[in-house]
Amino acid sequence: MPVKTYIEAVREGLRDEMARDPSVVVLGEDIGVQGGVFRATDGLLAAFGEERVIDTPLAESAIVGVAIGMGLNDLRPVAEIQFADFIHSALDQLMSEAAKMRYRSNGGWHCPLVVRVPYGAGVHGGLYHSQSVEALLCHTPGLKVVAPATPYDAKGLLVAAIRDDDPVVFLEHKKAYRLARGEVPEGEYTVPIGSAVVRRQGRHLTVISYGLMLHYVLEAAERLGREGVEAEVVDLRTLAPLDEATVLASVRKTGKALIVHEDNLTLGLGAEVAARIAQMGFEDLDAPVTRMAAPDVPAMPYAPPMEEFCLPDAARIEAAMRQLAAY
Amino acid sequence: MQLKEDLSKTDMVHLYRQMHLVRVFEEKCAEAYMLGKIRGFLHLYIGEEAIAVGVAAALQPQDYVVTHYRDHGHALARGLDPRRVMAELYGRATGLSHGKGGSMHLFDVNKNFMGGYAIVGGQLPIATGLALASQYLDEKRVVVAFFGDGALNEGEFHEAMNLASLWKLPVLFFLENNLYGMGTHIDRTYAGGRDVYKAGDHYRVPARHIDGMDVLAVRQATREALERIRHWEGPFLLEALTYRFRGHSMADPVEYRDKTEEARWHARDPIPTFRKYLTETAHISEEQLEQVDVEVEQEVEEAARFADESPEPGPSALWEDISAT
Ligand SMILES: Cc1ncc(C[n+]2csc(CCOP(=O)(O)OP(=O)(O)O)c2C)c(N)n1
Ligand SMILES: [Mg+2]
Repeated sequence: MPVKTYIEAVREGLRDEMARDPSVVVLGEDIGVQGGVFRATDGLLAAFGEERVIDTPLAESAIVGVAIGMGLNDLRPVAEIQFADFIHSALDQLMSEAAKMRYRSNGGWHCPLVVRVPYGAGVHGGLYHSQSVEALLCHTPGLKVVAPATPYDAKGLLVAAIRDDDPVVFLEHKKAYRLARGEVPEGEYTVPIGSAVVRRQGRHLTVISYGLMLHYVLEAAERLGREGVEAEVVDLRTLAPLDEATVLASVRKTGKALIVHEDNLTLGLGAEVAARIAQMGFEDLDAPVTRMAAPDVPAMPYAPPMEEFCLPDAARIEAAMRQLAAY
Repeated sequence: MQLKEDLSKTDMVHLYRQMHLVRVFEEKCAEAYMLGKIRGFLHLYIGEEAIAVGVAAALQPQDYVVTHYRDHGHALARGLDPRRVMAELYGRATGLSHGKGGSMHLFDVNKNFMGGYAIVGGQLPIATGLALASQYLDEKRVVVAFFGDGALNEGEFHEAMNLASLWKLPVLFFLENNLYGMGTHIDRTYAGGRDVYKAGDHYRVPARHIDGMDVLAVRQATREALERIRHWEGPFLLEALTYRFRGHSMADPVEYRDKTEEARWHARDPIPTFRKYLTETAHISEEQLEQVDVEVEQEVEEAARFADESPEPGPSALWEDISAT
């Protein structure tokens, strides 16, 4: 199987679906001639032409709103928001309109819509080029939110998202784009939305994560494994709807749970996962459910030491795992 | 260019000095970026210096400046300390925001420089609000809001123009039209044609377009616009046509621009053009300008040295300035 980077997998997923289904149209800022700031859409303009690869003005609210309209009228738009930090003016369209369309029309309307969003820190982008925005989105019923960690999942989940009949926000970690490499099959396959996966088997504790952090968690788990502490690692992959069953099954086995994410702590995804474990896995727990996340500061600072301090890394994750395992 | 009566030779040399400072400073930034001393995203203003410097020369100290993320030129022209600007770019504790902001978010309240904003268009309603407060307090301050052609297409531009005009607020909307937003040419993003300054017509905002490569023209047009605004005539829109000589950011190889177009603009480089005017028309000596060049280079070297030698912020800086109590 060919080994590819995360960004190549995204590009391949887009290209395959556009080739297969003429109703798939991509739009966004600088995605055509430029091939996208991260080059996720490189080559699509040459392959599919201007009608299906649309360079838009700088207008995020309109990009998402127009995509909703296209979806309502039977196209399958894939909109790109250049950086997650720029999605906020489009949240009105996404949260107020897209998320509610099926519900308000008693199933009469629906909008198959994918919004691709590069997110996350670690590239010294500073205040407005580093944000994680998943908590806002996951708090909005009617939206599906996926955050693949591996190239295989990036392609499989993107194809699934495009074929989904409801709005899906597709979060791509910008640091994973070139860092994460892995096997990606040629041709068609999907990874179902709403299913988590156990990436590593273990019996002493469960670590739940997603996106870039998953890689750090796996690194930490390998190191701890050499000391005889075996962590089970769950990759959520889809953040909304949550795959509760996979999480609870793992906690049943290990009795301990740590949730790791890059988004800040308060009311982040970890809070929801922890609450569900506490409520539905209470009998299985041998230790308090713990979380590791970015601190609650208003923005990701630019200066490298401050950014490093904000982001959980393998060493700090390992320390937290060791502490929980020893509880 | 005609000799401007109201400008002394000293004033003119100062304009030259400031443009040269911005240029040399940013060339140093590019060098530091290659060495990994400046990280992340770096957007240079090289080619557009006449605008920041011409506008700054027309402003009063009490006026507010609000700008976009391509902000080094505006900051230096406004008189922010190059050492602290460079330290911010290096992410050092001595930087203007203690390393939290970096290149795109410079600010200095002491200079009424209310910040670079990296959300395109985000600064325009804020500028409008500063102006509303200024009007309410009867302060006779004007707010200058710089923005690029890309921002024309964001809703905030239209919302801010409408409000500022409706309420006759003292804002100078200053459009730096360099014809591109990232790699996309304005003809492919803006439906209003090349007479971009007419974007103000619909909101009855008086407007003019000027040559953004001519520092004297920028200064003069800004003075005239500010004069009107200060008499509570409401906002004004100035469009200066310009060109960024480098890529959008350091990562941009600029494959989307025509080489002859680039050469045409390079030939109009505002700094050598003005230097020629100074020596040939204003009779300022080569020696005097060479002296200025040397001083500017020393100032930039000193800024880089200061940044280099400054400490990095510690983790505790993370928790500073989150809220007042
Ligand atoms: C809301 C928002 N959308 C997208 C971006 C990404 N982006 C940064 S600069 C830029 C182009 C801006 O062009 P323009 O306003 O013409 O300014 P210039 O770079 O030419 O100075 C884009 C698309 C952003 N920073 N903010
Ligand atoms: Mg521009």
